[in-house]
Amino acid sequence: MSLALQTFSSVKDANAALRAAGTRYLGGGTLVVRAANEGDVSVSSLVRVTDPGLSQIVISGGKVRLGASVTMAAIARHPELTALAPAARAVGGPAIRNMATVGGNLFAPAPYGDFAVALLALDATVVTEDGEVPVETFLADRDTSRAIATAVDVASPKAESFRFLKVSRVKPKGVSVLSIAALLELAPDGTVTSARIGLGCMADRPIRALAAEKALLGCKLTPQEIAPALAAAGEGIAPITDPIASAWYRAEVLPVYLGRLLLD
Amino acid sequence: MAKVPVQFTLNGSEKAEFVESGTTLLHALRDKIGDTSPKGGCHQGTCGACSVIIDGELRLSCLTLAETCGGADIRTTAGLAEGGVLHPLQRAFLDAFATQCGFCTPGMIMAAKVLLDRTPNPSREDVVEALSGNICRCTGYEPIIQAVLAAARANSQNAA
Repeated sequence: MSLALQTFSSVKDANAALRAAGTRYLGGGTLVVRAANEGDVSVSSLVRVTDPGLSQIVISGGKVRLGASVTMAAIARHPELTALAPAARAVGGPAIRNMATVGGNLFAPAPYGDFAVALLALDATVVTEDGEVPVETFLADRDTSRAIATAVDVASPKAESFRFLKVSRVKPKGVSVLSIAALLELAPDGTVTSARIGLGCMADRPIRALAAEKALLGCKLTPQEIAPALAAAGEGIAPITDPIASAWYRAEVLPVYLGRLLLD
Repeated sequence: MAKVPVQFTLNGSEKAEFVESGTTLLHALRDKIGDTSPKGGCHQGTCGACSVIIDGELRLSCLTLAETCGGADIRTTAGLAEGGVLHPLQRAFLDAFATQCGFCTPGMIMAAKVLLDRTPNPSREDVVEALSGNICRCTGYEPIIQAVLAAARANSQNAA
């Protein structure tokens, strides 16, 4: 093992160190130490930041700011984040959840990154030293982004409007076949007035089900009315193939599980 | 590679070592300090055999760098028995035949200990959830679940 770890007290200094070739940011270690253990020689140096502000959860005025070092366990047990808890609990087993961070999940390659799927559906904003970017843009550009994500902002979701589902073969915990998060606003008569759906494992990173979102508008959540949205769920997807499932299988079961989530 | 000093408490006693930067806690514990109770299984965060308790939280020592543990309170299965008397969880694992090859056992026991520390009377579902990050290829899990439930019962009887 030849990894050099540099520890900084501020994000600014760490950002400068992160520009060196072969350098990766160390959050909880569940991605980069794993990669190094596996023999990924592209990682030669790690940078971490000890600023306690990165581990804070701040809730005010209907907004939630999750520091990038906040762990899945911290979200899962937070009394005011019960709507987000199912997505946080979907990540790993208890030990992984004590380590895996919000910031790291934004970089987790499929089939990992279930929490980022939820953040995508919630239209979160990622905060970096360079400014704030929508999570959708951040995920699309993550291979080239070099500024450390310091926090994620989300509008505090209401439990009744946010739905999350992870499908895995091993119970109670297993790697994702797929994950789906949906933020739905319904009119008093049950008609969908806005829909935002995030999909995991349907590309190398979380993506939106844009065609299904559009097809849901004006529908009631009945098997007949959501049928067009389910038929459109596969538009624009490029599922991964891994030992858990083939791309074909993932594409086949996506409408089934989306239907279950919407009708739940 | 420059060596870095690491100092932490392991099962109640102070430890200080020089390790190479980037050394995992698992490597430091097993090969530097000589506590071989955490096992190196997958080194990928999948099997849970390397589970240890750091500052009261279950963590994977294979994915934790030793130099990030400065000042931490680290607990391993090797520190559970007191004066030659096994911890109730260890006793229960033996009595319930929850150990076959034994490789997963220290990780299972650490995961179960965190559970019982916080939830002295867990339900079966609580136990299954608490052990969900630990893989056993021998027992089929049922004896392990029964052992943890038995240890919880033994603890509450002792407390009564």
